[in-house]
Amino acid sequence: MTDERRPMLQAKGISKFFPGTVALDNVELTLHAGEIHALLGENGAGKSTLIKCLTGVYRRDGGMVVLDGTEVDPTSTHHSQTLGIGTVYQEVNLLPNLTVAENLYLGRQPMRGPFVDRRRMNAHARETLRDYGIRIDPAQPLATYSVAIQQVVAIARAVEMSGKVLILDEPTASLDHDEVQLLFSVIRRLKDRGLAVVFITHFLDQVFDICDCATVLRNGQVVGRLDLATASRNDVISLMLGRQLAAQVRAPKPETAGKPLLQIEGLQKTGMLGSFNLDLHEGEVIGLAGLLGSGRTEAANLIFGAVKADQGKLRLRGKDIQVRNPRDAVAHGFALCPEDRKTDGIVGELSVRDNIVLALQARQGWMRKVPRKKVDAIAEHYVRTLDIRLANLDMPIRLLSGGNQQKALLARWLATDPDFLILDEPTRGIDIGAHAEIIALIGRLQQDGMALLVASSEMEELVAYASRVIVLRDRNQVKELTGDEITSENIIRAIAADPRMEVAE
Amino acid sequence: MIRNPFLRRIAPQLIILGIVLGLNVLVFPDFFHVEMKNGRLFGNLIDVLNRGAPTALLCVGMTLVIATKGIDLSVGAVMAIAGATAASLVVDGNHWTVAVIGALSVGALCGMWNGFLVAFLRIQPIVATLVLMVAGRGIAQLITEGTILTFLDPGLIHLGAGTVKGVPTPVLIWLTLGLFVAYFVRRTALGMLIEAIGINEASSRLAGINSRVLLVCVYVVSGIGAAIAGIIVAADIQGADANNAGLWLELDAILAVVIGGNSLLGGRFSIVASLLGAMIIQSVNSLILLSGMPPEFNLIIKALLIIAILVIQSPKVAHLLYILRASAPQSHPKQLPPFKESKR
Repeated sequence: MTDERRPMLQAKGISKFFPGTVALDNVELTLHAGEIHALLGENGAGKSTLIKCLTGVYRRDGGMVVLDGTEVDPTSTHHSQTLGIGTVYQEVNLLPNLTVAENLYLGRQPMRGPFVDRRRMNAHARETLRDYGIRIDPAQPLATYSVAIQQVVAIARAVEMSGKVLILDEPTASLDHDEVQLLFSVIRRLKDRGLAVVFITHFLDQVFDICDCATVLRNGQVVGRLDLATASRNDVISLMLGRQLAAQVRAPKPETAGKPLLQIEGLQKTGMLGSFNLDLHEGEVIGLAGLLGSGRTEAANLIFGAVKADQGKLRLRGKDIQVRNPRDAVAHGFALCPEDRKTDGIVGELSVRDNIVLALQARQGWMRKVPRKKVDAIAEHYVRTLDIRLANLDMPIRLLSGGNQQKALLARWLATDPDFLILDEPTRGIDIGAHAEIIALIGRLQQDGMALLVASSEMEELVAYASRVIVLRDRNQVKELTGDEITSENIIRAIAADPRMEVAE
Repeated sequence: MIRNPFLRRIAPQLIILGIVLGLNVLVFPDFFHVEMKNGRLFGNLIDVLNRGAPTALLCVGMTLVIATKGIDLSVGAVMAIAGATAASLVVDGNHWTVAVIGALSVGALCGMWNGFLVAFLRIQPIVATLVLMVAGRGIAQLITEGTILTFLDPGLIHLGAGTVKGVPTPVLIWLTLGLFVAYFVRRTALGMLIEAIGINEASSRLAGINSRVLLVCVYVVSGIGAAIAGIIVAADIQGADANNAGLWLELDAILAVVIGGNSLLGGRFSIVASLLGAMIIQSVNSLILLSGMPPEFNLIIKALLIIAILVIQSPKVAHLLYILRASAPQSHPKQLPPFKESKR
């Protein structure tokens, strides 16, 4: 990995704009032959956008890409494949009802006259796959083999067609341990063959297992490049999660917690979240920290009943309650601002006014329509107090900016006057100004005695307002930090702690 | 421009209806002539209102179903089932009110079945309702035992062929039901909740809306509307024809909803606009009839007229008209190209 070597692929100053946001800001990425390069970052950091710009799904708005010494400008995925950049996605992009060989050679089958030469195709396929270390019958339908084998077939197809750069977008997300090892052995072979491999994953162990170096993205910018031989987990995590709010003053936190509000005991669902426990008091802000996929969102959804839990007990003010669906949760005074505003939050075509009153109306039932005067009063109240910027209340909510949509969703839930507010990534993808306002609002709500549970990937934010922080790792509750323990260093340490070491303790 | 949002919403439908009625007058100058004969209103306009009743009744429920991003293909078949139920009940000697209640219950049951498939088993609405569309006529045939079941009960016949103070009963029925439902969904929060489900069901569920029950409800309304239409059609011909009652009417109902400017992708809806759509379709039928065209042209002319109506309503044409209007004074024909892009 010396710098003198000519890079296989070099992307310089890549920029990509979407209406209202800068998805990629002057991003640099350098790949060498025979190197496995991890591309890291939380959701929305710009990983996929960068990949899409490299493979021609999107046209970049600025910058240049040099592949093996020549400047290229792929216009479609097919074009980028012929140039030499192959991609394999998490969901296998092959045709399960065709045979393995057909999948490998689709679109470039060996022909004999007008007919496909099946025998030759199968023989070629068998030989090719043997080079990848798997011995299977290529005449069988792809669907008869496991996802891992399908993944390898997809990789083989991409490599055979392209051969210079291989991009793997979360290839291990749906594989078990042994299958991951199989995949890694294939990737190592490719490394030895001199391919430049880009590896995207959320599993840090795998990054350290197989990758040589890493580029970390955050908010569309490269925040660091690491040589993984020398870097530690802490380095990677602190780069990924960042410390944008380091200078912010801590919000004043009440020393004594209010009356007990909600007890959660052993809430769990197989494959989503291991046993989750929480004692919640009025006027408390509980932070949920952890990497993506650690179970933050799952915990929020399970508590709110958006996903039905396998087991677990909820006790509200000393009384056992059942939360089977969001309707039950709302009836008990819960509220949830979901992580994905677009798909789970806003009702795009409805007016801002209707969106704000939606949860209140749903709780009242369809018979008792909230009178128009009251609706206007509520909507205007929150537009004023939360400073929602809009032309008028009748405009569809989808036309608002991300931050204003988020505030309107907060207004929707505040209008129901909840006792317990769950915020899942309340500040993701919104501008700095709205960001600060939402943090200030969390502080105000807490002073008013509301209990809040905030899941966030931005640790500094949690440090600023949380009275306690629960750290999740691999879908398990691993640590609870209180009082002065709440610092980003401690959160990082809890997230990064090697599970095996903990067992030893 | 028009300031009242309700009028602005239905303005295109009103204009198109006006144009089609105007064409009717062109081919038949006495079109608007209405007279009282034997205590009954007569005239082509009354015929349009009367003959359009089944489509109008179907399009009320269809509008709600489509607003939830669904579709109900079974309404034609439900008409046949309801007609057969009503006929067999009066033939068996029951009072006509029993027959009507029986038919309405069967319609509601059919709607419940569709709603169950869609809301609980999560089957795509087009497939879920296709089941009953196909099976429904079979059920109706079983009820009529394969014959056209005729009846002479004056109470039942009155619903299809009678009058109240000179106005044909079907006209009163569809006007009452249509306007009542249109008013009811806006007076309560039903309309908004239905729209919310149609636009984003995940968000609506998380906001605490009971989307399953609401989904079942809209299919039940559709089923009941179809049952009423089925009773009227059966009463009109004094017999239940399992094979032909309501045949293809589901398509007319969907068309009425579309002409009413409601998106098949769900969301914002207007029942009044759909009702106007139903009347536009019936006026087109009347136009073809009155123009004295050979009957073999009927379907083609109807199709052409409807294509014209839909093209006028399409957003692209609206955009084109807007640009034409905006660029007319300066006469800059080169300003058109942006439209080209949206062709794909």
